[in-house]
Amino acid sequence: MPPPASTLVRRHSLVTRATHWINLAALVVLLLSGLQIFNAHPALYWGDVSTFARPWVAMFAGERGGEAVGVTKIGSTLFETTGVLGFSGNEVRGFPSWATLPSYRSLADGRRWHFAFAWLFVLNGLVYVSAGLIGGHFRRDLLPGRDQLAPGHLLREVSDHARLRFPKGEAARRYNALQKLTYLAVIFVLLPMMVLTGLSMSPGMNAGFPWLPELFGGRQSARTLHFISAGLIVLFVLVHVAMVLVSGPVNSLRAMITGKYAIGEDGR
Amino acid sequence: MMDRRRWLSGLAVTALGAALGACDKLTMNAGVQKGLAQAEGLTRRVQRLVVDRKALAQEFTPAEISPDFRANGSTAPGDPEYRALVEAGFADWRLVVDGLVERPLSLSLAELRAQPARTQITRHDCVEGWSAIGQWTGARLGPLLDRAGLKEEARYIVFHCADTLDPNAPEGLGRYYESIDLIDAYHPQSILAYDMNGGPLEVKFGAPLRLRVERQLGYKHAKYVMRIEAVADLAGIGGGKGGFWEDRGYEWYAGI
Repeated sequence: MPPPASTLVRRHSLVTRATHWINLAALVVLLLSGLQIFNAHPALYWGDVSTFARPWVAMFAGERGGEAVGVTKIGSTLFETTGVLGFSGNEVRGFPSWATLPSYRSLADGRRWHFAFAWLFVLNGLVYVSAGLIGGHFRRDLLPGRDQLAPGHLLREVSDHARLRFPKGEAARRYNALQKLTYLAVIFVLLPMMVLTGLSMSPGMNAGFPWLPELFGGRQSARTLHFISAGLIVLFVLVHVAMVLVSGPVNSLRAMITGKYAIGEDGR
Repeated sequence: MMDRRRWLSGLAVTALGAALGACDKLTMNAGVQKGLAQAEGLTRRVQRLVVDRKALAQEFTPAEISPDFRANGSTAPGDPEYRALVEAGFADWRLVVDGLVERPLSLSLAELRAQPARTQITRHDCVEGWSAIGQWTGARLGPLLDRAGLKEEARYIVFHCADTLDPNAPEGLGRYYESIDLIDAYHPQSILAYDMNGGPLEVKFGAPLRLRVERQLGYKHAKYVMRIEAVADLAGIGGGKGGFWEDRGYEWYAGI
């Protein structure tokens, strides 16, 4: 019998795999229902209150030559975004129907989806973080080794990444430093940021924890940061999926479903 | 290659359309709605658990008052009874307090102004997402309810309003109303406001009297309040969900 070209290692625990996919489902619903909620007042401000005449970001409809156009204002710059932002599907709306849950305009339904899945997201996240702390997942798999943090090593990783060269063989047994730092930032900064900025918008929570919205510079700042953080999560997911595709989608997907990851000559 | 690309994008559009349709169908499914609505009870219970019953909503300084406070919902009610009250300068206006109370009340604005009052500068958070800061002065709801004497079985306080917000709704369902439970009714910041930013409440902000229930979203702050009714449950009022917007799918507990 010829020696196997690759060995299967156990990469992801059951908790990691289950919470990963539940998290994905929750984030998809939260994003789409969040854009539905955003559409009820498609403008963002900084500070405690809405400075209606001077939003930082706003999406609205304008008119040019008798035709309705979608306009997006960022800072003091206007962009024409007809068909996507401001005006789409023959109606005035922030984000288009394909980006909202439900597709038709319904703030009430958007809120129902959002708050139900916010609970799922938080409870699922608590399971993942507790298991990671107790089982040593964070320390073992996500905390970069001292060797990985050496400037020379980091520089080489950056240049390898830029050329889409991925660790092979033994080096593929652990995440590289960029991966670890990104995952840590998402798990411990970006996702908690979503929860905290979200809770900052709750008038009920504000009474008990008035420092919470102030932490972000006021309720409207918290709303703006909630929106920006959601955008950063989308950006992370895009890069994450792109990395999975270029580094071996079958192997990575199998690892996140069955837990088994193949390490071989070519790392696939 | 071109054909394949077109075929693939066609497939993607079809799949997206199917997914959207499925999501909309799910949204309209009564069982799904019921499941999603469970979150409201969970949110209310957890917020009540972690936030003290008497914890005050944030208060601000006069310098922070919004110069551009937005008026929402009804801003100029066309109901004839209300128009007549406006024209008379609210001289004939009376606030009725009844339902499950020992001593039903009928109070003029002057009598309300003589009630124990509170002034507060708070942030108004609309369910749509915007916020504005205003100063409110009004009669504290708790002492007023004590004056009327709540009966043992009273659980909710209902606010009946003068404005018809949805003229196309079936009889009895178009008029604005709201309700809160006794925890919020007896909260120190729950007031029936007659002044805003130091002057009498304007019509667009709910003249002559509106509710301020500071730990919840704007739609709970009923404007044009005519009658306060103490009830044991909300089933028999309006659409039965406890408020004009609640009857249209919004949460009764609007602390989030």
